[in-house]
Amino acid sequence: MSVFDGLRFRKVYSPIHNLDPRIKFVYVISIFVCAILFFQIIPLLLLFLLQIPFVLLAKVQRQWLRSLRGAAFLATLIFVINVATSYFTSGYHLTGPILESAAALTLRFVVLVESFSVFFLTTSPDHLGLALEESRVPYEFAFAFTTAVRFVPVLAEEAQTIMDAQKARGLELEKGGLLKRIRNYVPVLIPLIVSAIRRSLELAEAMESRAWGATKKRTNLYLLKLHRGDYALLAITVGILATAVYIHFYLSIPTITQLIH
Amino acid sequence: MVVIETKNLTYTYPGATKPSILNVSIKVEKGEFVLITGPSGCGKTTLCRTFNGLVPHFYQGELKGEISVAGIDTLKHHTYEMAKHVGLVFQNPENQLFALSVEKDVAFGLENMGFPREEMRKKVDWALNQTGIYDLRERSPHEISGGQQQRVAIASVLAMEPEIIVLDEPTSFLDPLSAAKIFEVIYDLNKKQGITVILVEHRLDLTAKYTNHLIVMDRGQIRFEGNPREILSSEKTRLIGVGIPKATLLYQMLKKDGLNLGTNVPLSSEELADQLLEALKPSD
Amino acid sequence: MIEAVDVHFSYPNKVEALKGVSLTVKDGEFVAIMGQNGAGKSTFVKHFNGLLKPTTGIVRADGVQTTKTSVAALSRNVGFVFQNPDHQLFSETVEEEIAFALKNFGFATDVIESRVTWALNLLSLTQYRKTSPFLLSGGERKRVALASVLAWDPKTLILDEPTIGQDHEQKEILRQFILQLQTQGKTVVIVTHDVEFVAESNPRVILMKEGKIVADGVGKDILTNPALLELASIVLPQIAQVFSKLSPLNLPKNIIDIYEAKDLILKAWESKTQK
Repeated sequence: MSVFDGLRFRKVYSPIHNLDPRIKFVYVISIFVCAILFFQIIPLLLLFLLQIPFVLLAKVQRQWLRSLRGAAFLATLIFVINVATSYFTSGYHLTGPILESAAALTLRFVVLVESFSVFFLTTSPDHLGLALEESRVPYEFAFAFTTAVRFVPVLAEEAQTIMDAQKARGLELEKGGLLKRIRNYVPVLIPLIVSAIRRSLELAEAMESRAWGATKKRTNLYLLKLHRGDYALLAITVGILATAVYIHFYLSIPTITQLIH
Repeated sequence: MVVIETKNLTYTYPGATKPSILNVSIKVEKGEFVLITGPSGCGKTTLCRTFNGLVPHFYQGELKGEISVAGIDTLKHHTYEMAKHVGLVFQNPENQLFALSVEKDVAFGLENMGFPREEMRKKVDWALNQTGIYDLRERSPHEISGGQQQRVAIASVLAMEPEIIVLDEPTSFLDPLSAAKIFEVIYDLNKKQGITVILVEHRLDLTAKYTNHLIVMDRGQIRFEGNPREILSSEKTRLIGVGIPKATLLYQMLKKDGLNLGTNVPLSSEELADQLLEALKPSD
Repeated sequence: MIEAVDVHFSYPNKVEALKGVSLTVKDGEFVAIMGQNGAGKSTFVKHFNGLLKPTTGIVRADGVQTTKTSVAALSRNVGFVFQNPDHQLFSETVEEEIAFALKNFGFATDVIESRVTWALNLLSLTQYRKTSPFLLSGGERKRVALASVLAWDPKTLILDEPTIGQDHEQKEILRQFILQLQTQGKTVVIVTHDVEFVAESNPRVILMKEGKIVADGVGKDILTNPALLELASIVLPQIAQVFSKLSPLNLPKNIIDIYEAKDLILKAWESKTQK
């Protein structure tokens, strides 16, 4: 569960949490683009370090580090595969540049994962749903999203209750070989699914009774307004993008191996 | 003024072998507090759903007979058109709330109807205040108690300012104290706002005192309709399996054994206690 | 026999649901555990069959510590009927549903056959033997859930909020049924907030509030004590409500039975009219 911990929202109030999710998303996409732009380790390192002030400001260090740990396995895999491939294709030479470029590619992956992690850690589902509602996405999708998020804890509790109810009838979930263990979950899955269907029916009734479908132009109680902080982040994002593009096209970036020599 | 009128309403769910409601004819006047009761399966839930068109539009099947709610023939209008006249509150508190905050849920109906933001804000705040949950407005529906959730459901229906509010066993999942609070909220809305209320309930000991229009159903049909004091003191009602309030039963039992406490049949412990004090207080 | 000794229990999210609860339920007793939603009633009874294990403290079922054995083993003697039957029903027929636990507990096929027939009969479900449980009404599904637990004949039966969603007649049938189980020597524990139902059954009543037991005694005494009930956020049963307002008449206050009430009132009236 620890990888998902890195993505779960915590109700903390920090300046980052209050930023408009759309702007935050633009920022994350920009980091994404910058990361793809470079394959040298120094700029990628800089991009990675750039996340840290945001993480600290948002006070989500612990969860962020946990998601880093979760990504560590894949990152190591990427590193090893890259080194191995370069090793074999360059005629069995294991050189500094090979290690460095493999490290760079690994770091690129990490930067991508981590920027999204910061986004999800600092954006409440409400905010996200609101952003979806206010964008051009059809309301049905935004509604499906927020309703799903709303019922996740309810379904989780229900799953636990169902497991308890069946355990109290002698069901031993952990017993038996792999096939038997999968079959053990049938008495848990079926009530869960049936309950979800019943729940959807009740929800649909309630929606219909509250004028669902009355007009094509739905309005919204909330309005996402852009504040100073949002404009600041937007400016920072543009700055980063511009600098990155400039560096990429007009400057040559030294590698660490070159600097050492 | 009649706000709901049905004539020989009959409905069978698709795939069912017999009708859930049969020849139901009722008349509800504006401002009334109507109580519908009856054993499980008597058709009260189905009847509720005819009031805003869920039957037959949502459930399909054929609804025979005539029905007019707030002057509108529900057969010829969409459920969303009925929403501004009739609000429906359901049994399960959890499955009526979809938004991530209480006030967004209360605004749901208004958003669907396309109200401008400032107007919505006013109506939402008003509804929250009427149901006493204004300070819960930013909470998530999952965090609050069942009783609070039902009040949110009532508020979200109230925000659309309907003339009629129908509540189908709204306190089934609640403990008696929370249930009593809900009934108080509903009674308040009826008395102060003049909203016509239709309440479906089993717990007559908690609710009989609010109404003077009681409808008892059994197996899809209306068996008794009228003054609760007459209906609940009748032997025939007890035979249907309706839960007569103990105060009323005791009054009956005493009457049979020779102690007549008066012509007014008590529906609550207060009424019976007053009668007993009157009859038994030591004479000076 | 169920024993709980100074049980403390905290959920993983650190919320302390039980703050030192001790209770002994003897064989054959009928106990009602009451209290507001969130008082810890369901949390507490889930310790009786090992679904939950105490954070500190000990729970024993028939002398066996619940931490030293599995839920399945404990369930053999402590049957738990959950509030919502839909959390248990999953089989294609009522028959299979009832046989489920019997198969889990390793009963022989012929025994399963006879037990299923017996349980169907007991709860008037014989005509639904081959029916899908999902096609039955709410009340019928509740009976199937109950039948599936009674089928393995546990010594103790725990019912979590058995009266929710039931109409008057169904509750009456349930009440009679519990009395029947009692005469068979079964221990019955119900978790409920339905005061009228408890008043009519007059069991041993335990009141819980915020994770602690605040009262334990005869139903008649506890359900007529306004201070206690207010503490546990419960309403007085209607007959008790009436008598609580009759202080000028010098009538006893601990009345919950309607027949006893009638007799007392008639006696008071007689003595008044004789003066």
